[in-house]
Amino acid sequence: MSILDLLTDYTLRNVALGSALLGIVSGVLGCFAVLRRQGLLGDALAHAALPGVCLAYMLTGSKAPLVLLIGAGISGWLGAWLLLRIVRDTKISEDTSLGIVLSVFFGFGILLLTFINKRNDANQAGLDHFLFGQAATLITENVVTMAVLGGVALLAVGALYKEFKLLAFDPGFAAGIGLPVHGLSIVLTGLIVVAVVIGLQTVGVVLMAAMLVGPAVAARQWTNRLGVMILLAALFGAASGVSGALLSVTERGIPTGPMIILSMTAITLISLFLAPERGLVWAALRARRHRRELAPPQPAGR
Amino acid sequence: MQNQTTTAEQVIPLQIDDLTVAYHERPVLWDVDLSVPAGKLMAIIGPNGAGKSTLIKAALGLVPIASGSIRVFGRTYAESRLRVGYVPQRTSADWDFPTSALDVVTMGTYGRLGWFKRPGKAEAGRAMRSLEHLGMADYAHRQISQLSGGQQQRVFLARALAQEADLYVMDEPFVGVDAVTERAIVGLLQELRERGKTVICVHHDLDSAPEYFDWVALMNVRMIASGPFSEVFTQENLARAYGGRPYAFKHGAA
Repeated sequence: MSILDLLTDYTLRNVALGSALLGIVSGVLGCFAVLRRQGLLGDALAHAALPGVCLAYMLTGSKAPLVLLIGAGISGWLGAWLLLRIVRDTKISEDTSLGIVLSVFFGFGILLLTFINKRNDANQAGLDHFLFGQAATLITENVVTMAVLGGVALLAVGALYKEFKLLAFDPGFAAGIGLPVHGLSIVLTGLIVVAVVIGLQTVGVVLMAAMLVGPAVAARQWTNRLGVMILLAALFGAASGVSGALLSVTERGIPTGPMIILSMTAITLISLFLAPERGLVWAALRARRHRRELAPPQPAGR
Repeated sequence: MQNQTTTAEQVIPLQIDDLTVAYHERPVLWDVDLSVPAGKLMAIIGPNGAGKSTLIKAALGLVPIASGSIRVFGRTYAESRLRVGYVPQRTSADWDFPTSALDVVTMGTYGRLGWFKRPGKAEAGRAMRSLEHLGMADYAHRQISQLSGGQQQRVFLARALAQEADLYVMDEPFVGVDAVTERAIVGLLQELRERGKTVICVHHDLDSAPEYFDWVALMNVRMIASGPFSEVFTQENLARAYGGRPYAFKHGAA
């Protein structure tokens, strides 16, 4: 495999483009999810998408990507809506609500998946790729769908950049100057659902949350400016997407999700430990030097 | 400028009638009336859980009200929003957010800017002048987590200043600040009064209140009294606010 193959080989080109798109969109939206301390929201939404994929297939008998993604989007939205209602209308805490939505939807999705498999029709092969992703199955049509959805999501973030920033930094003040804080939260959650839908085929529902959280956490380590953080997260997301997807394609049968997440974990670990200023290694060294300076001098000769 | 001041004096900046607010059916504010005259520095005083923060949040439309009416400069809050500057409690924001002091103050200009538009040179200039006003110009490009608690509070006040409002609503700005910041806030309050602005400020300290403010509302779920300190801070009113125990002033006859 060479760089030339990347441009000429049909499968490789689709895989690389699709995973890069996914990395960019989830990197950008993940920044807002992480800054609002809602990293797990993406996890719940991704798991909530699985029953939608299965139901869309069972109802239409079609495996057309658009059909399945619409199903995923609807059930992801439903999960998000349910989550907001549970948090607003009951005394159940947000993390517990996330757990409820995630496990109920995912359990139902697995049940449907098993049911479809048992029906033994030849057409169903491939639905379980939505669990861990399989980038090699991406065709041009998928990539175009991903590009359109991702483009719309990125444009929305661009248009509402200062509103989303204020929402994440200080929601009380945002409401005070008249921003519809609840409405903006819904829009942001909807955009995260879009990112999840884009990632379903490539990364799968199980590991999608890492795709939202990882690049954002890594990017935050290198900068103190939101704009730079978003650009870096997009870059890290694209890099891990492309490298992970290509690694999985060269060895047939390896699911793409885990490979992408492994590449991203590498980037995230390096950032956590070695980034200047915020890196854990430097923090530990600073703490040690500090202790030594404060320690009383040892009496000589003992 | 002169013209603006007279209109501010004609219309009452904040008029609250029969306001009741409840959380999960427990009343936090009960039948509260409050009239804040123009040009006053008003402290809202009361024990913990008296509903002081809830009162100003209700005035700004941030919590749903069960009944009552709130008029800001004679209109609804939504209609008068651009004439109101807001300083939330410092803990309401995420101080590890990737942004600078100047950027936070620029957020004060977002209200006038409206949807989709990005802040430009004019907004950055306004933000910088507000920071200078609070002695924070040298920290404009600092990451906000590197600021002390008092400096963070001054950034919040600068942001409200950048809103260029006629009524300023502040939630406990004196909590946990250093002496320099305390002086800066007092100086700002005086200056706002000289410019004909009105300030409403949740305050927890009975001893410093008469020194910093010239008007007071004493409350505990219900409004007990409001007006000048000499009328409101009577032994009887304070006892009603603070649960029957007569309050002993630190430096005065109890």
